[in-house]
Amino acid sequence: MYLEDTQVTQRNITYDVNPSFVLMDVDGLRVVVYVYELIDGEGVLDEQFLQLQQLQDESSPNFVSEVVNIYFHESEKLLRNLRGLLLDRDFSDYKKMGIHLIQFMGSSSSIGANRVRNVCVAFRAASEQNNRAGCLRASELLEHEYCYLKNKLHELFQMEQQRVLAAGI
Amino acid sequence: MATHINGSWELGAKMTALVVDDDSINQTIHHRLLEQLGIENQVARNGKEAIDIHCSGKKFDLILMDRDMPIMNGIEATRKLRAMGIRSMIAGVSTRCVKQEIQEFMEAGLDDYQEKPLTSAKIISILRKIHHSGSISY
Repeated sequence: MYLEDTQVTQRNITYDVNPSFVLMDVDGLRVVVYVYELIDGEGVLDEQFLQLQQLQDESSPNFVSEVVNIYFHESEKLLRNLRGLLLDRDFSDYKKMGIHLIQFMGSSSSIGANRVRNVCVAFRAASEQNNRAGCLRASELLEHEYCYLKNKLHELFQMEQQRVLAAGI
Repeated sequence: MATHINGSWELGAKMTALVVDDDSINQTIHHRLLEQLGIENQVARNGKEAIDIHCSGKKFDLILMDRDMPIMNGIEATRKLRAMGIRSMIAGVSTRCVKQEIQEFMEAGLDDYQEKPLTSAKIISILRKIHHSGSISY
């Protein structure tokens, strides 16, 4: 996710926007929609994240943050498991590694974590070839992408909190 | 029974579904997707739980069956449910997209297969199949 220097430029929509995600501020009869367009090359988040936001409403107002927190908890467990397997000098259970990666791919796809998912795909390909060096490289990249995603999502939730406070909701 | 009116689902008697998935995130998202569509649903954490729920006498209009699960996977669970005489719509759900792997899952007794991540549109396409098979009326 790329928000220029973490500052957001707000303007009226004057061109066709390709929305990456949307925040809606409802204040009585006044509704303001903030449309964010990811301008990085390969999006950290894809349109599946928009799907998650659509599942959030008055009956489930914290749905997105609840799901993302479950994702963080599960992902960190999977990363520990993967790290543990690779640190074992006698490691040979690539099938077990594949199981963890399938789970990580699935959960990452479900929240729209596009780049994390793509690294999992490459990691899985290396594990299917029993390529230990490839797995080690992929593991480092996966940790990096996951940390980047987590930081950006925290920024997003902080911005959302600030926006809500500023609107007096 | 669900009625499709002008592009949205309206419910007479509540439609029911079972989400079978070991992943907490998918359980949460799929549960919410179905809930938002007005479909009463519960969650089973693996194929064995899904079998046990059916053995207790519960029946569902729709089963969303994950492929890869511990204890009992989706392929085995689907085979067992069909052997038990369960005729509910079973839609397989997985990240796997290799034709052979999808074929293997379909041959276990699925009515439909959807690649993860599930969306409202994908669930509606499954519901339309239930409609076309005669279980839902306009």
